[in-house]
Amino acid sequence: MNAPVSIPRALQESDARTGIIDCDIHPFPRPGALTKYLPQRWRDHVAEYGQMMASIYAARGNYPRFQPYLSRRDSVPPDGGPPGSDVHFIAEQLLDPYNIAYGVLEPLLGGNNSRNIEEAAALCTAMNDWQVAEYTDQDPRLRASILIPIEDPDLAIHEIERRADDWRFCQIQIGSKTTEPLGKRRYWPIFEAALKHGFSLGMHSGGSQISAPSAGGWPQFYVEDHQLGIHAVVSQATSLILEGVFDVFPDLKIVMIEGGFGWVPHLGWRMDAHWKKMRSEVPHLKRRPSDYLRTNLWYATQPVEEPEHPDDLRQTFEWIGWDRMVYSSDYPHWDFDDPNLAWRFQMTAEEKRALLHDNALAVYSFRQP
Amino acid sequence: MTAPVIDCDIHPGVPDIKGLLPYMSQYWQDAFVDRGLDGFDMMSYPLGAPVTCRPDWRVPGERPGSSLANMQRDALDKFGIGIAICNPLTGGQVAVSETMGAAICSAVNDWIKQHWLDKDRRLRASIVVPPQSPSLAAEEIERHAADKRFVQVLLPAACELMLGRSYYWPIYEAAQRHNMPVGIHAGSMYRYAPTATGWPSHYLQDYISNNQLFEGQLLSLVSNGVFAKFPELKFVFIESGVSWLPHFIWRAIKTWRGVRPEVPWVNQSPGDIIRNNIRVTTQPFDAPDQATVERIVEQIDCEDMFLFASDYPHWQFDDDAIMPSGLPASLVQRMRTENPLSTYPRLRETLP
Repeated sequence: MNAPVSIPRALQESDARTGIIDCDIHPFPRPGALTKYLPQRWRDHVAEYGQMMASIYAARGNYPRFQPYLSRRDSVPPDGGPPGSDVHFIAEQLLDPYNIAYGVLEPLLGGNNSRNIEEAAALCTAMNDWQVAEYTDQDPRLRASILIPIEDPDLAIHEIERRADDWRFCQIQIGSKTTEPLGKRRYWPIFEAALKHGFSLGMHSGGSQISAPSAGGWPQFYVEDHQLGIHAVVSQATSLILEGVFDVFPDLKIVMIEGGFGWVPHLGWRMDAHWKKMRSEVPHLKRRPSDYLRTNLWYATQPVEEPEHPDDLRQTFEWIGWDRMVYSSDYPHWDFDDPNLAWRFQMTAEEKRALLHDNALAVYSFRQP
Repeated sequence: MTAPVIDCDIHPGVPDIKGLLPYMSQYWQDAFVDRGLDGFDMMSYPLGAPVTCRPDWRVPGERPGSSLANMQRDALDKFGIGIAICNPLTGGQVAVSETMGAAICSAVNDWIKQHWLDKDRRLRASIVVPPQSPSLAAEEIERHAADKRFVQVLLPAACELMLGRSYYWPIYEAAQRHNMPVGIHAGSMYRYAPTATGWPSHYLQDYISNNQLFEGQLLSLVSNGVFAKFPELKFVFIESGVSWLPHFIWRAIKTWRGVRPEVPWVNQSPGDIIRNNIRVTTQPFDAPDQATVERIVEQIDCEDMFLFASDYPHWQFDDDAIMPSGLPASLVQRMRTENPLSTYPRLRETLP
């Protein structure tokens, strides 16, 4: 049985009572919950062959984690279902006590990464229908993400267009692992469609295990894999910038989710330092590389950096720019960040408001019914 | 005499295969000649790429860094360097064949002895070993161990397995036995795509992504217990860019605190292990200005870790700006002599 959730005193007095926007909440289906959203052909296929992930196991990821469902022990709903499977319990444990105005759903179910692109497309459609029916329609504070089969732009755009006029979707979700670097031209039609329909992209860390987690190969342990996940996020940011995506699509907005943010200043310094010598290779760049980190990318905060000296967290925010940071809780996962406790330094009311509310409002497409 | 300034990273230009033939067995001479094989220069440093040679140090028609006289003039004499450690970058370390890789590496070691170490008493060198075969690598270390001018074992930053794996421990045992640190230099065997999301279009991204290789290898070394097994062994991260360290250390500590039961042999904070066992060379130092360098040095919070280096002839600085501006005076003092002597104990045996 779950203990009642107590609202921290700091929260009750906080300016953030105007409503927090949480950019990373993970819904999870009860066993069989997706079935009714799948055509019979794909129900049979999934039953026989599974999701055909690029993975060493048929039905789980390569690196064994440390918690059931990767989740907080207290996030199991009252009826014992998987964490994130009960919309009312999400409201009770997260949305109500923290006064979440909008919560962005980020389903991490793997189906969008099937090696069988038609299966990926069918599962994306099913997961999109499932999100709105079982979450957004039940609690409109929770907004759905359009999952797409990213490796086939035609199928991906088809799914984007199907959802474009539906207020319940607030962004397009992609994973940080793709077959090729995300800046490559094969993905550009997806960016074009996102802009046409007014969507930002949320790039959540992880996804396919189609290639090694690091450019040096496969680590042995989860303690490595967990930290190395940042590299896919960093590589995608680098690729998008150097391939010229933001020169072609200057209004494209991408939120980097669950990749940390300590790397952002460093990536800017490093790109600029070596671009100065080798800009002849990328003459299409209209600005110095670090500029694009400040105009086209946003960074969700969870899992928050924990510098050895807390002042360095403020320094990191300042290096990145306060207008780039958006809050994410990662509920119900084990490394959940409480919006009142995650920052070990004092923020002004304005800073807090930008981080917890205003910045996200400027990125996502939160529409009214 | 005054304490020598020690440059921990210079790159003599390694000759093509034709130039290395005199240092190969008859079998390998025949193999390279009969098969018409040459051009084993690493993808990690294309000979014409701007980073591979500073423009005013480039000699048309010559391989970057291949002239001893130029290196003496442009680096050793110019910057008052008393001792310089040569790190040859060779395709032998990335070859797909263990034995061909070993043959090229051995030739490079014999070549550098004759053409560089014998010709300037200020020069020392790393032993280039074939990581494709840790047993052949250990043999190569043994072959040169008696020559005290070899002070380090050199590996590329990405191999076939991650470097913490016990597969590589014979290399570390040999290095420790002979009082050498293991140097990891930017560059990859390209067994995996150069980024975690595939093959980018541009060399610029390959080069920028090198710090991810260092980060991955550092996590691998710590998590696999290399420093529990070899507590005194130092790893020198050469041409890594330096400024990735603070946020990497924060994340390594945080992740370890969360899931440390997985690696019970890591029984002290990764931050402590890194500060005790990892050293970094200071060219390049990726930071936009003096204030940022100062802040990064404060965040790293360990003056022992820094080693002075020019990275000659790679293009990391212009004019005389060999010392990243913003380093505190105490650190500048230490990283030129004291830190290199502690990191490379064999240097003391051949001090001028």
